[in-house]
Amino acid sequence: MRYLIIGNSAAAVGAVEAIRHYDRQSAITIVADEPHHVYSRPLISYLLGGTVDETRMHYRPEDFYERNDVETMLGVEVTQIDVRAKTVSLAGGGQVGYDRLLISTGGKPFVPPLPGADLLGVYTFTTWQDARRIDHYIDDNRVESALVVGGGLIGLKTTEALIERGIAVTIVELADRILSTTFDRTASKMAESILRQHQVEARTGTTVEEIIGRTGRVDHAVLRDGERIDCDLVLFAIGVRPNTGLIPADSGIAIERGICVDRHMQTTIDDVYAAGDCVQAYDMLIDACRPIAIWPNAYRQGYVAGCNMAGVDKRYEGSFPMNSIEVCGVPTISVGLTDPPRDEDYEIIDKYDRDALVYKKLVLYHNQLVGAIFVGDIDRAGIYTGLIRDGVDVRPFKEHLLSGSFGLISLPRDLRKHMVVGEGIEV
Amino acid sequence: MRQCANDVHAYDPEDDWVYSEESRCVGCHRCVTLCPTHALTVRRTLLDFRSNANWTADRINSIYKQAETGGILLTGMGCDQAQPIYFDHLLLNASQVTNPSIDPLREPMELRTHIGRKPGRVELSENGDGVELTTQLSPQLTLETPIMFSAMSYGSISYNACLSLARAAKQSGIMYNTGEGGLHPSLYQYGPWTIAQVASGRFGVHPEYLETAAALEIKIGQGAKPGIGGHLPGEKVSADVSKTRMIPMGTDALSPAPHHDIYSIEDLRQLIYALKEATNYAKPVGVKIAAVHNVAPIASGIARAGADYIAIDGLRGGTGAAPTIIRNNVGIPIELAIASVDTRLREEGIRNEVSLIAAGSIRNSGDIVKIIALGADAVYIGTGALVALGCHLCQKCYTGKCNWGIATQDPYLTKRLNPNIGSRRLSNLIRAWSLEIKEMLGGMGVNAIESLRGNRDHLRAVGLSQVELDTLGVKGAGQP
Amino acid sequence: MKRIHVNEEYCIACRLCEIHCLVQHSQSRKIIKAFKEEAPRAMARLLVEEQGPLSFAMQCRHCEEAACLEACMTGAMHRDEETGAVLCDEDKCVGCWMCIMVCPFGAIQRNIVGRRAASKCDLCYGNEVPVCVAHCPNEALTFVEDTPSGNGSA
Repeated sequence: MRYLIIGNSAAAVGAVEAIRHYDRQSAITIVADEPHHVYSRPLISYLLGGTVDETRMHYRPEDFYERNDVETMLGVEVTQIDVRAKTVSLAGGGQVGYDRLLISTGGKPFVPPLPGADLLGVYTFTTWQDARRIDHYIDDNRVESALVVGGGLIGLKTTEALIERGIAVTIVELADRILSTTFDRTASKMAESILRQHQVEARTGTTVEEIIGRTGRVDHAVLRDGERIDCDLVLFAIGVRPNTGLIPADSGIAIERGICVDRHMQTTIDDVYAAGDCVQAYDMLIDACRPIAIWPNAYRQGYVAGCNMAGVDKRYEGSFPMNSIEVCGVPTISVGLTDPPRDEDYEIIDKYDRDALVYKKLVLYHNQLVGAIFVGDIDRAGIYTGLIRDGVDVRPFKEHLLSGSFGLISLPRDLRKHMVVGEGIEV
Repeated sequence: MRQCANDVHAYDPEDDWVYSEESRCVGCHRCVTLCPTHALTVRRTLLDFRSNANWTADRINSIYKQAETGGILLTGMGCDQAQPIYFDHLLLNASQVTNPSIDPLREPMELRTHIGRKPGRVELSENGDGVELTTQLSPQLTLETPIMFSAMSYGSISYNACLSLARAAKQSGIMYNTGEGGLHPSLYQYGPWTIAQVASGRFGVHPEYLETAAALEIKIGQGAKPGIGGHLPGEKVSADVSKTRMIPMGTDALSPAPHHDIYSIEDLRQLIYALKEATNYAKPVGVKIAAVHNVAPIASGIARAGADYIAIDGLRGGTGAAPTIIRNNVGIPIELAIASVDTRLREEGIRNEVSLIAAGSIRNSGDIVKIIALGADAVYIGTGALVALGCHLCQKCYTGKCNWGIATQDPYLTKRLNPNIGSRRLSNLIRAWSLEIKEMLGGMGVNAIESLRGNRDHLRAVGLSQVELDTLGVKGAGQP
Repeated sequence: MKRIHVNEEYCIACRLCEIHCLVQHSQSRKIIKAFKEEAPRAMARLLVEEQGPLSFAMQCRHCEEAACLEACMTGAMHRDEETGAVLCDEDKCVGCWMCIMVCPFGAIQRNIVGRRAASKCDLCYGNEVPVCVAHCPNEALTFVEDTPSGNGSA
């Protein structure tokens, strides 16, 4: 059995660890265009900001490939996939055959077609290489101010990294508030005010029309309403799209917004699996498939794919959006459907302490928890995530949900006894 | 702080300090035991009255309380006054030279005891293989060691405490006694190690209760409060207790002073045989009385009434709740009672018709050996067992606020007694005492506990008057 | 693997487990110093939940399929091969709190005094018996080898 994995990030690691759990003999090969040992992509903003140095970037120990008996071809691009012949062609010649293939090519950053996007000092920020390039540019050009295009999660992490470097940042966001897909209005406002305290301005409800350079380097940007923003650096952080470019149109692999996969992570072609940011997988809250590009999902999908590739029937339970980021030191967590439509089916329970800067919000749909936001106090938030995932009817303990003493003890006894299977280790 | 059921310690967040309201402390040592830095200790408070051997502080305070309330003063556990303790005046023999001692580690030592009526004569018949017993034997209780757990009702003690006693009885091969509280259905599995008590209130007495037990005991009285019935304050009658006792929740469970169907010795005989009939004559039926002035003739009457054993509870017997004045003043010490009953029954030639069980502050294995030498077949331990479970003798059992989870029904407190730990400690105690008894027996040159029974010659006394020596049937030390 | 079993019937909410866990993870490992002198004070890795007379100690279940392991973006959460415990490498941890987001038991806490890192039970790595088990006065916590049928899954 020959396993071939395209990609070398969370999903790939999940797949390797799953396969090796069941099959220690067969060959596993990883092909990836980035030359690095598997690293933690979210750490690139920490790297840029200087909180983490290059020695801490690796996601698994140095001997990971060796111990798991994985052959690696790093820094090698895949040019062609032939699903009938079951071979994959590599740049610079060469072909690799497979019995089971995993496509975990991740996401590609979205770059809007703007005039000036090709100037020096304009970057996307999704790889370790990007971090290094930006880092050098900042040092070489003594960057003092920057424009971050996109006020979502990536935009915010990028902004924090730049603040750490002492750079003044302006954020431009198309929606009328930052973090519009993860937060509700209240939480967004809190985030904006925290940023303002750190001298970060957010321009919402607008977009960049043009980037103007001088001597080939970026000098300033012009917004839709004509406002001019001086900046030495522009970072695009609008979002990533599933990276499906290398899949040939006639392969038979169905692609919508991302690669379509079933509950076993298999694509529409037998023996070809996909996982991670490049797929659209089952979202249990909307009961449909869509891309949810977050690290825990990628790992889990890779793991499930790996199990199935190794012949073990494992079903992907599904997922939902969830994020944990700190906004200038204020912890926040958002899970599931955080900003529901005004509808009688949805019930909101919240607690807002303006002085302490603590906001907690729970969204219920027919007495089931479907979404949660925590700002400032994220203690034990995972309990709520568990309630969302298990679709628990919260009526028996609804009034305790946001009380200070809410915990497992507030849940009905047989529910908490079944959270973990196993005598004695149940709670 | 959380551990104190009497609200002694309290945290003041403003001062960030823990204050102790010392007047509420009952001296149970719970906080001392649990403090991880051993920072606490308990001492008598130093409010002294002027020295007065007659009007002691206790007596003065009792009058203050009664002047305020107009009520009976209650207390828990056994008599704590300075009446003479005869055990402490009795000394044991040891073999030297003429009658060599026995090494319990190398020679078999028989501690096994049978409680029940023994026949006056046995008849044997020969058959092909050998000899067979033709005499019909009365039902017996077999104990691996002559120690049993005394009657403590479910209600006066917690369920966890009952479970600990039941399990330990099973593990040690002895018996425990249900007391007046009936038997909780989940404890039926320990039936073969259970003595079911039928007391004057008849709490929890129904056919299944009688069938499940290994023996039945009619309780006429108990050492802590001879002449009056049991008392369980309403605070301790929880839902479960009410169900087991078959009484309404929250009401005081007051057993009547006499059994209202026993007004003469003939009535007692009737009840004994009614119970035997109900259980098909398969179980021993005993009678428990308190040690009072006439204990010898009473015991003689009970033996003739058909009881298989008589349990006698002395002055120092414990209780969950009793009027202090009765606990301290009524009854006689068990040492004198057993000696006089044993002597009387022997004189009448009916000693074999009953086994005698002694109770009332058996504090250690030395007391056990002495009381058996004075005439008992076995002992009941009550206070001793509770101390093994963690009791610190604060004597506040009647409040239901036992910090050790023993004499309470409060769920916050009963959790503190883990039956796994409790039964282990009780078994350990029984084992330790049994080993010590073997050592003492071996020292005396005796290898079976039976040989010790009623054998006054193994005892000598110090510091007693001639009358006391005569009652005990024991010579003064130094007399050969 | 050996796991901590929690028996809520016998927990008396005395919180000695929390105290000893804190001491075990403090610098001096001496109780008076750990509470009175050390700053920042160490964190206990377990917490006692209490509601009326019901109480129990709650700590990491070291699940077979640990959600925190999958969610950890730096690889700081890893499984110790010898004991089977899920441990957090506090040098690698950057304090992103994804683990807190996914742990259905809420067993992980933020340690923000000093280095930011996730803080949770480590089965008293290096000890034969975890200190919470050793010091529980009522044997509500026991350290038991799992039966083969028992498998914790989140």
